Amino acid sequence: MEQATQPTLETRALHLWRGESHVLKGLSVAAYAGECLHVAGANGCGKTSLLRTLAGFLWPDSGSILWRGTVISEDRDSYTRQLAYLGHDNGLKADLTVVENLSYATGMRTDVNPRAIVSALERVHLHALADRPIRTLSAGQRRRVAFARVLLADAPIWLLDEPLANLDASSSHELTRLVGTHVTRGGLVILTAHSELSLPTTILRQLVLS
Amino acid sequence: MPLTRTSHAVWLVYTRELRLAWRRWGQLLQPVVFFVIIGALFPLALAPEPLLLQTLAPGVVWVGALLSSLLGLESLFKMDREDGTLEQLLLTGQPLSLLLLGKLLAHWCVSGWPLVMASPLVGAMLGVPAHAQLTSMLALWLGTGVMSLLGGAGAALTLAAQKGSVLLSVLVLPLMIPVIIFGARATDLAVHTETAANAVWLLVSLFVLALTLAPVATAAAVRISLE
Amino acid sequence: MATWVWFHKLASPPHVYRIAGRLARWFAVPGVLILILGLYGGLITAPADYQQGDSFRIIYVHAPAAWLSLLCYATMALAAAVGLVWRMKVAHAFAAATAPIGASFALVCLVSGSLWGRPMWGTWWVWDARLTSQLVLFFLYLGYMALRHSFDELSRADRASAVLAVIGLVNVPIIHYSVYWWSTLHQGSTVLRAGGPSMPPSMLVPLLLCFFAYTCCYGALVCVRLQAEVLNRERSPNWLSRNE
Repeated sequence: MEQATQPTLETRALHLWRGESHVLKGLSVAAYAGECLHVAGANGCGKTSLLRTLAGFLWPDSGSILWRGTVISEDRDSYTRQLAYLGHDNGLKADLTVVENLSYATGMRTDVNPRAIVSALERVHLHALADRPIRTLSAGQRRRVAFARVLLADAPIWLLDEPLANLDASSSHELTRLVGTHVTRGGLVILTAHSELSLPTTILRQLVLS
Repeated sequence: MPLTRTSHAVWLVYTRELRLAWRRWGQLLQPVVFFVIIGALFPLALAPEPLLLQTLAPGVVWVGALLSSLLGLESLFKMDREDGTLEQLLLTGQPLSLLLLGKLLAHWCVSGWPLVMASPLVGAMLGVPAHAQLTSMLALWLGTGVMSLLGGAGAALTLAAQKGSVLLSVLVLPLMIPVIIFGARATDLAVHTETAANAVWLLVSLFVLALTLAPVATAAAVRISLE
Repeated sequence: MATWVWFHKLASPPHVYRIAGRLARWFAVPGVLILILGLYGGLITAPADYQQGDSFRIIYVHAPAAWLSLLCYATMALAAAVGLVWRMKVAHAFAAATAPIGASFALVCLVSGSLWGRPMWGTWWVWDARLTSQLVLFFLYLGYMALRHSFDELSRADRASAVLAVIGLVNVPIIHYSVYWWSTLHQGSTVLRAGGPSMPPSMLVPLLLCFFAYTCCYGALVCVRLQAEVLNRERSPNWLSRNE
């Protein structure tokens, strides 16, 4: 597949220490629109740290991150609006319903469109549970609601940390398909996963951290 | 328009906190009960002499209210960090300090205002006359506001620390000493039917100072805790 | 430009270690000498106070300790702020080094104030304005050190306690003022004073010498502790010094 000449997201000589361990050692990688970058590696090799650094939670000790050629520290707010992040935790309040969670999460970034929320829930097949509190849902269902939040964020760059954890085979397949759709529409997905992803090799690229 | 987007986001944070508190409204009552129990402990520990109690009343009401509002502070950010909603606040593209201001003000409404409502009861138990209650409530309303703001900054600081609860009290209570001094003074003046205007204005200025500085400190502390 | 070069060099741990070692000697020798001079002047040469007799002489230990505890807090908070804004780990090391010294000065002030009050008032504690204010300052120091030790990771401990130090710095004048105001409400101005409305030079000069000596001793102590902090942080080779 043809790639844009300028990478959407790029790191240059990224160094990061967590306490005493040198987690990222001069990492330089470029990610382009229209691809899914699968960050792989053993436990503790820095996959989550890399994602969290790209999301802006961690500051690198040296090196830079560029979004479309500009260093992100110059305009963090614009860069942050291009991101949707899904971490180990779902980012959902257990006492609120599915719809309430999604409208709060979306409303802080863009205008809330109730129909968009409904269609996002349909895409993750949770439309029937829209008014149930999160705490009554199973772990897999909560993950799918979190995915709906990512869909609604309307962001070109998705940073997903173990998105398919706790999911059964069919849900895994569904969400992988959603990732594929986002990528083919020109988005960029950077994710970590322990297992292989069933995506066409034209859009899937692996980055192994050691 | 950016400004309305930001204020809308702050409003959403504020209403979300209120809605969450309402879903577990039983937990709102715990600090109030604690406050009333403290009010009952002092006469039991000393003597039920009206004059003695009335002299002590301003101090007891204020220390009791501050200790009670300390109760709800530790969990202010803990739940949000555990379910991942705290880090989502950093990704909205809105100023974190303003979003956290919404959260702190919501905490004030949820934990401080009930204490203010309960203070006439505690005051009456200690012999505070009816004419002093209104001034006392006003002063306490401002004082609990400072408590929520400064205490929220402290709660964010101790968020990533190992054992939070007592550490939080050790950090926050010395910073609340000016509020106690001026607040109890306001109540005391009101009890003796003198004007408490000066003390109340000092409380207002402390509140405004906390309103401007606490959100910035809290945002810095939250970012540090989320790394 | 020269100031910026000096500032940037301060971020390098080996450089700081060398400077601190040299400064410690420069501070310690005059500090101890002037302290001996000042204490001799205060304890031996100065005339007895017309009100309190000889018990006022503890002011030569008490008042400089009070001043130093405030100075230490200010320098600690400023260093912490520098560390936060410019991300200099050496600044955080300086703040960590200063904290126990400042807390000790506050404790010296409290104990000496308590000893001062005993012959005059018969009690071991007086709610004097300065003593109460020092007590609150002591609590602030304890809180800072407690927060620092409650984190596993050093960089997080540095930055969280730095935020606390800056919050405390803004609050210290407010607390100070409110405690003094509270004290005037209830009993009168500072109780533990000496020399009446103005001190004669024979009393004042030793006091000023003691102030200066204490400050020099603080300088020496903080340099030595800073060296220890730098060594502690440098033991793993990955401790970078950053200056942006």
